[in-house]
Amino acid sequence: MKGGDFRARESNVYRLAEVSGNIIDQCTAQGVPFAREYGGLLDNRSFGGAQVSRTFYARGQTGQQLLLGAYQALERQVDAGTVHTHGRHEMLDLIVIDGVARGIVTRDLVTGEIRPWLADCVVLATGGYGNVFYLSTNAKGCNTTAIWRAHRLGAAFANPCYTQIHPTCIPVAGDYQSKLTLMSESLRNDGRVWVPKDPADATKDPRTIAEGNRDYYLETRYPAFGNLVPRDIASRAAKKVCDEGRGVGPAVDGERRGVYLDFADSIKRLGKSKIEERYGNLFEMYERIAGENPYETPMRIYPASHYTMGGLWVDYNLMTTIPGLFAAGEANFSDHGANRLGASALMQGLADGYFVLPSTLAGYLANFKGPKIADDHAEVRAAVGRVNDRLKLLMSAPKPSRTPDSFHKELGRLVWDECGMGRNAEGLRKALARIPELREEFWKGVRVTGSGAELNQTLEKAGRVADFLELGELMCIDALNREESAGGHFREEHQTEDGEAKRDDEKFSYVAAWGAHGRPQQAEAQQGAPHLRVREARPTELQVT
Amino acid sequence: MSKKLNLTLHVWRQKGPTAAGDFVKYPASGIDDHMSFLEMLDVVNEGLIEKGDDPIAFDHDCREGICGSCGVMINGMAHGPRKATTACQLHMRVFHDGDEIWIEPWRAAAFPVIKDLIVDRGSLDRIVQSGGYVSVRTGAARDANNIAIPKDDADLAMDAAQCIGCGACVAACPNASASLFTSAKIGHLALLPQGGPEREDRVRRMVLQHDAELFGSCTQHGECEAACPKQISINFIARMNADFIKTAVTANADLKQREGQ
Repeated sequence: MKGGDFRARESNVYRLAEVSGNIIDQCTAQGVPFAREYGGLLDNRSFGGAQVSRTFYARGQTGQQLLLGAYQALERQVDAGTVHTHGRHEMLDLIVIDGVARGIVTRDLVTGEIRPWLADCVVLATGGYGNVFYLSTNAKGCNTTAIWRAHRLGAAFANPCYTQIHPTCIPVAGDYQSKLTLMSESLRNDGRVWVPKDPADATKDPRTIAEGNRDYYLETRYPAFGNLVPRDIASRAAKKVCDEGRGVGPAVDGERRGVYLDFADSIKRLGKSKIEERYGNLFEMYERIAGENPYETPMRIYPASHYTMGGLWVDYNLMTTIPGLFAAGEANFSDHGANRLGASALMQGLADGYFVLPSTLAGYLANFKGPKIADDHAEVRAAVGRVNDRLKLLMSAPKPSRTPDSFHKELGRLVWDECGMGRNAEGLRKALARIPELREEFWKGVRVTGSGAELNQTLEKAGRVADFLELGELMCIDALNREESAGGHFREEHQTEDGEAKRDDEKFSYVAAWGAHGRPQQAEAQQGAPHLRVREARPTELQVT
Repeated sequence: MSKKLNLTLHVWRQKGPTAAGDFVKYPASGIDDHMSFLEMLDVVNEGLIEKGDDPIAFDHDCREGICGSCGVMINGMAHGPRKATTACQLHMRVFHDGDEIWIEPWRAAAFPVIKDLIVDRGSLDRIVQSGGYVSVRTGAARDANNIAIPKDDADLAMDAAQCIGCGACVAACPNASASLFTSAKIGHLALLPQGGPEREDRVRRMVLQHDAELFGSCTQHGECEAACPKQISINFIARMNADFIKTAVTANADLKQREGQ
């Protein structure tokens, strides 16, 4: 509850803690090779802000191994004939009949075929929306389309402004940058964070900068924690010194965005071999990407978007405000409040999938009395029609001139600047004025080559960017509405004298679940370009935590 | 400081599975040597889209070397020249100004080309479907600490479990064998007590599925180990073969015994 800055729903947090032990049992039974002690029992380590060693791990790739365990369990069901997987398909719309979710519409990414799939209920486990920033630690394929399409049909979207920024990522190297790589936070255990005191030293070889000309800003400002301050504080402090022009590394768009993470003292104190033993693989990864040897010269780090706590609003059964539509994992908003603790994204994803949905879906289906639906039902045809119309529009912008990625980069930069680590009313209003313009430019000028009846990655991207262009706006609306600082949401107007986040529990202990009220249905929008009517979007206070 | 490279790319372009493909030459100029290989392709593609041409299709997702989506032959080497590195983690500083780079999809009968550099690796999924799992029902697991596992065994299983299923081993192998992949999946579970009860059945089914998918046999060239971005040891193939032979013998004996009864 504290990790979520008292904005998480208590019942969900309680349940998550309750089933967390079962997750380890389940994964171990599947054959996930968790680290072991010499006695053969499971090993623990401290991780991501926890003061005690209580995290189970599998070398440096716990998430990867948990995923493979789930993958193998899934392939077992495929082998048994109980599950059919459809790879290279993308959900492009939801089918809602009489107010109840009854299926989805997909595009086959290889052949381009659009088809409906009908069902008694729909589960979205489609991940978060961190790629709204264009640059994030998410995989490139991550997008908001599935949950955003559901939102457009009425599923409330909760707390979109709660996004998590991770402090230790490799900084942007150039305008071609396509993704950011996360470095383990454990590096802060032995690395010292600093920037030059004088902006003129930004381009100097860091090793030649005298001790007296360095600003170890975390150690000075937070003597008790030093370099181990919580994630959000470390992130904002790095932004602050870079805003002051004291960032280091290559200038991208005229700005240097990076701070040093220096191991020289630790190497002197512990010896190179000890540091190599602790961080060898991370140093190697850094060298591979940045082309610099961190044993010789300080690493450069900068915060990056890592996780989105917001998502579709769900009840305790993980059902959204559209009956029959469920959302699991990062796609929902339920467990993390305003910030997420290390390791708990994996925990929530697996808890929802292994232990919550099997019970709650069964409960829903047991009481389900919906009529049989056929492919030629008016609503099914309407959903397929919406998808086809939209694809046609994406492929026939009146003045095609810019690539989908170029729009995505511009949107990402804007949302990152105004709704990233620090937000203020002026910046948010600026973004809220610019995003609709950019959206209009997009629908007029996006250039998609090829056809819709083949594998077309440009078309895939264009559709996803179109949805990010709407979601980015809702994030800013939500951030502007939330006149407090909490967890990953830092409103610069609301901070303590020491620059810490200042919550307003009286007014904001609620989940801001945004409805699609007042928004025109897509078919009615001018020239098909979806349009949000900003002033009419307002939070529906579904519940108070 | 970054350097700028001017390169010539020869990229395999192929419309679809049944279409004929060929190399097409593209200039890639002003390439920053800090770019990753895929970012270099992004830049070339942005230029192609702006000209109204069809961009080069390639698979990618995590871009941090763990998802196994990316992977192309770069100058005849799976994932390119740098050891233990996926294509997305390969950076342009390994190339020199004026270099010619040949980029091809994985070549194997079991990996049909979908488009350009994208191949269908569903055959690897089907190998896993043939027993590459522990049969445990979700929700029915016993306490994890009831099974003590020697640390060395857990560590070795972890070495095998690192396989990301990218298919580089197949592309590098002169026989287009997926033995390294299959043996890593088998080895991971064979080394753990949880995988014990199904060990014999698993190795038999997975090896037979491997062959049915038209992957070739292992003749110990060792190219797979050299190309593997996760440095999975060829020793796992030896373990797989030993298990398979043992299984073949005992299965025969069991069968004879049953027939005799």
